[in-house]
Amino acid sequence: MTTTIIKTTTRLLAPLILVFGSYIILHGHLTPGGGFQGGAVFASGLILLIVANVRDKVQKLFEKTPLTQLESLGALGFLGIGLLGLMSYTFLKNAIANSGFLFGGTTPQGINPGYLNTGGTLSYLNIFVGTKVLAGLTSIVLIFFLILRRERDEW
Amino acid sequence: MINETFFWTIQVLIAIALLGSSIAAIRFKNLISAVIAMAVFSLALSVEFYVLQAPDVAIAEAGVGAGLTTAMYLLAIRNTTDEEVVE
Repeated sequence: MTTTIIKTTTRLLAPLILVFGSYIILHGHLTPGGGFQGGAVFASGLILLIVANVRDKVQKLFEKTPLTQLESLGALGFLGIGLLGLMSYTFLKNAIANSGFLFGGTTPQGINPGYLNTGGTLSYLNIFVGTKVLAGLTSIVLIFFLILRRERDEW
Repeated sequence: MINETFFWTIQVLIAIALLGSSIAAIRFKNLISAVIAMAVFSLALSVEFYVLQAPDVAIAEAGVGAGLTTAMYLLAIRNTTDEEVVE
């Protein structure tokens, strides 16, 4: 699967898909989509990079990428943000909203176009879920790719 | 009224696309063609979710159905053989 057409298309398309996935994750509290959807889109961009390259390049590219650690970080971060809610009232209470912290801006009253610097805990939960989903789905396909037989590397 | 007509036209077209692509996925002898037919099925299904006003599910279906499972099927076929084995 490493013809010139696929390589050129991937070089043009993969950055756009990665940016779109990050956009869906970061705007999870404003627009449709969220952690899981954005993580799946981001993972499909990375999988395009995996499928369109030869085995040695993929191995070199993903040797230093801590996918396992990222997945654990997603789960632990979700739990940590949930426990942060205990500080004010209960588990997963939105403790960061209106606090002036990052993503803790004040939401204006009435109809508004939606502001990125609001949402409080929700934005952090989306980011951690997205991290976990993209690391998990990418590592599944990466293992599928790396256990391939070597002798049939022609397409 | 024009919106109603448009809605039902889309519904019928998507139903035809779903039926056609799923029958094609079963009938194709070349497994790579069958996998591409499955990707087309997922794409039509995500358009249907979007028309029924569930954009969340549409994004998940397009990302997982058309992107991830297609890549996994292709890698599995590449590891074995791309022709259907008739016993």
